[in-house]
Parts: sequence; structure tokens; C-alpha cells
Amino acid sequence: MSSIKLDMSAHEGAAALLRHLLGSGKVRAVLTPRKDPGTGAYDIGLVTDGAGLENAVPVDPVMIANTGQILSSLTPAAKPLAVMVKPCELRAFVERVKREQGSLENVLTISYTCGGVFPIEKVIEDAFGDTIPGYFKQIASGEIVEGTRDTCKACEHFVPCNADVTISIAADPSSTSACLIYLNTDRARELLEGLEGTRSDDDFDPALTGKLAAGRKAEKEKLFGSLISGGDGLDGLIEVFGKCVGCHGCGRVCPICYCLLCDFESRSFDYDFSYFDKELAEKGALRLPPDTIFFHLGRMTHMSFSCVGCGLCSDVCPVGIPVASVFRKVGEHTASLFDYVAGRDVEEAIPVMVFKEEEFSDLG
Amino acid sequence: MDKGFTPRITALLCKWCSYTGADLAGTSRLQYPTSIIAMKVMCSSRVDPVLLLKAYLSGSDGVLLGGCHPGDCHYEVGNYHTRRRFAILKGVFDTLGLESERLKLSWISASEGPKFAQVANEYTEEITKMGENPSKKKMFL
Repeated sequence: MSSIKLDMSAHEGAAALLRHLLGSGKVRAVLTPRKDPGTGAYDIGLVTDGAGLENAVPVDPVMIANTGQILSSLTPAAKPLAVMVKPCELRAFVERVKREQGSLENVLTISYTCGGVFPIEKVIEDAFGDTIPGYFKQIASGEIVEGTRDTCKACEHFVPCNADVTISIAADPSSTSACLIYLNTDRARELLEGLEGTRSDDDFDPALTGKLAAGRKAEKEKLFGSLISGGDGLDGLIEVFGKCVGCHGCGRVCPICYCLLCDFESRSFDYDFSYFDKELAEKGALRLPPDTIFFHLGRMTHMSFSCVGCGLCSDVCPVGIPVASVFRKVGEHTASLFDYVAGRDVEEAIPVMVFKEEEFSDLG
Repeated sequence: MDKGFTPRITALLCKWCSYTGADLAGTSRLQYPTSIIAMKVMCSSRVDPVLLLKAYLSGSDGVLLGGCHPGDCHYEVGNYHTRRRFAILKGVFDTLGLESERLKLSWISASEGPKFAQVANEYTEEITKMGENPSKKKMFL
């Protein structure tokens, strides 16, 4: 391993890194969050011409879509592609690669120790630009920033897993004035050979992020404790998901929910009146559209163990259901049954694709 | 609990083992409760856990999934997959505080007529003690 230090703040350094990559001609394109200075609108730019990087804000605390999901359409890449990903987006992409929904081939993954992102709603407020300088100071000192997504505040996976390049930002006090870039793979060392800066052989030291990790863990326990549990779970469930309007937006933005023919969108759960008639005989009244809670429970059953906690589902929910928090809580349990961590390692099989002959002897 | 409460248990049984076991229980004239509503499926792994969920939310007092013993699957490994998926579904129930006892996985071979009758009897007794599935009365589901 090795590192390069640039004499500028980490968020400026990240943009400089992308400009260098594109300028050197070693990558065909760069994928990065950008911000239009006129409208304040964010996008995820796929850029081949340096001019397209003028508005690049690679590490702004914003996630308008999960880049892991977007990368499915861009890979396998015929020519090298450099992508700026948050740690959870990288894990989401790895989960998709496991499901044959993308490829890491020719992709240079650039990630960073993440301080969390703000909900989209906050991002579109005009005042948001003023929030950012303060945000970078706060995360440099290892603070959990008020107002960021609930699942971000409770995220313990803010150090990227297996990224080619790691930029040190959160919990690194020097990141407001220096940009430390760790080159973790041969691919990264080769592509960033010409980047000028102070070189050293230092490895990224996760121990330095210990304080933030502990803070996030405490925050996670607080969050999980505040969600449905115990008693007759049905009432708790209705309390949380009863507001659901059945738009399925949470599933659409989910990087893990990749099925083109989603069971819940299929005719399997189209009903005619004879079905409702039977239900009415027992309940006397029904709430339509049907199957709202069923949809959430079904999704949890299908993919909660792969949830990376990016938080987009909560963000897009029109009625404010904390979908992501519930999924994280359930997902942590279902993944723990298999000692699984979503997106940790592309070689680690998805729990439902493999089995051991001797396991779960208490079942059946 | 209603005094006259007879549970309704949805049973999804694999064609090669559990369903044949249930048949054997019948031809052997073994008694088991009428609470069990059996459906034949080609393999326990053919049952998406979401269908068990649907049965639960639609008011089944218990949901029983029957398959071949591990190692004996007609399709060699189907039931190993079933077991993992079932563990996940139970995990979802446990985390949310739902009654995961209303879901049951059982391995019953084609020659185990008595075991089928025993499972049917014991599970019915257990569910009778638990009472009605609360989802039956909830119009929000």
C-alpha cells in the first residue's frame, strides 16, 4: 500500500484527483456527484471531458441516487472507468455484482471515510451550500452531524471495504487542510502514478476512526431501540407502516431490490372481488390499496440481509416512514444468522445462494 | 381464547415426502385434527417465504411448511435452501416482535405417517393455546 498527500482540503483534493485521472487519459470516464452552481441541483455526472468536472463535488454529503445501482448500467466497462462512491454505494454495487448485475472489471473505485449524507429534502433547500463548510469541519473531528440521515448517524461501515482508493475524510482532523489518498490496489497505483503530491508508504489506519465508530455504534443502538419491538408486533408494525400509500418508491430506489420482475409488481398479487369478499367476511372493512405491510415484510424477507443502510428508501418515502432504519435493524439480524456483512467481499456468497449441511438444526 | 376455537393451519407439503407422509397417516387411519389444510407443492424450496407471510397476514393461525429430511431432498438440495429462507423469515418475525411460533418448518419423510400425525396434533395443540392469529381482525393488513 502507499499514500499520496495533497496540500489542499480533502474535498478539494478529491476533485483534483478526478481531474488528474481524466487529464492523464488513463480512464475513459469519471462518474461523480456534481452540483450546478446556478440552480443548486445535484446530479451524478458521467464525464469524459474535463469541462464536465468543473462542478464536481465528489464528497459532498449528498446522495440523490445510489451510485451502486447506477453502475449496473455502466458495467462491464470496456475501458477504465473511475467512480466516486460512498462506502455504502460501493457495498451496494458489490452486492449487485454478486447478483450478476454489474462487474468490477475496469472500474477504479474511489471511496472515502464517510461522515454521512443529508436527506434529499435538506439538500434542495437554498441554504444548503452554507451547511457544507461546517459539515466538513465537524466530520473531520469525528462528530456525528445533526440532520444527516438516521441510518448515516448509525452507520458503522463508514470505512470503505475493498475500494481501490480511500480518501481520509471523516474522523481525520487534518482533512480540512490536507488530502490523504491511500492507494490500496495495484490498479490504483498504476492509474495514479503521475499524481503529484507527497508520497509515503503509510497504510490507512482504521484505528484512528475508533471514536467515530464508537459514537456510531451508540447511535445505532439508540435508533434500533426506538423502533418496533416486543409485544404484539402487529400493532407496532401498523403504527410504523400503516401510513404506507403503496407507491413502492422505497423498492425502486433500493440498490439491492434489483428484480426487473418484482413479485410485488406482478400479477401474483392482483386481486379480484372474490378475494376481498372473503377478507370482508372476517374483518368487515378493508384498507385499500391492499398489501402495504405485506410488501415491506416481503422485501425484508427477500433482501434485508443485503441492506447496506444507504437510507434512500426513507428519503423518498412520501409519508415519512423510517423504512431504512427498520430495514437496517431487521437486516442486521438476518445477516447475523449467516455471519454475513453485505458488500464486505465480492467473493462472499449471498446467504440464500449457498447452505451448509449442518446448520439450523433447531428448525424442522 | 374462545372455548370452541379450532385453529386453521395452512400446510404446504412437498410432494415427495411430507405430503406422502400425510397420505400415509390417512391410509394408516391415524387421527389428526381437521385444522390442517394441506396443499401439495413440488418441493419445499418452491415456496417463496413470502407465501408463508401471505398466509400469516391473511389470518392463518399457523403456517406449516413440510419437506424431506435434510439430505433426502428429491431435488438433492432444495430443502437446504428452504431451511435458510425459513430462518430469514423467522428472523424478520423475531426482530419485529411478531409471533414466529405461528410459522413452523418440519421434516417428514414419506414413510413417517405417524410423525405427520404427531406434528399435526402437537402443532394444533400449540396454536390452540396461542389462540387466534391477531391478523385476522386487523383491517390494516
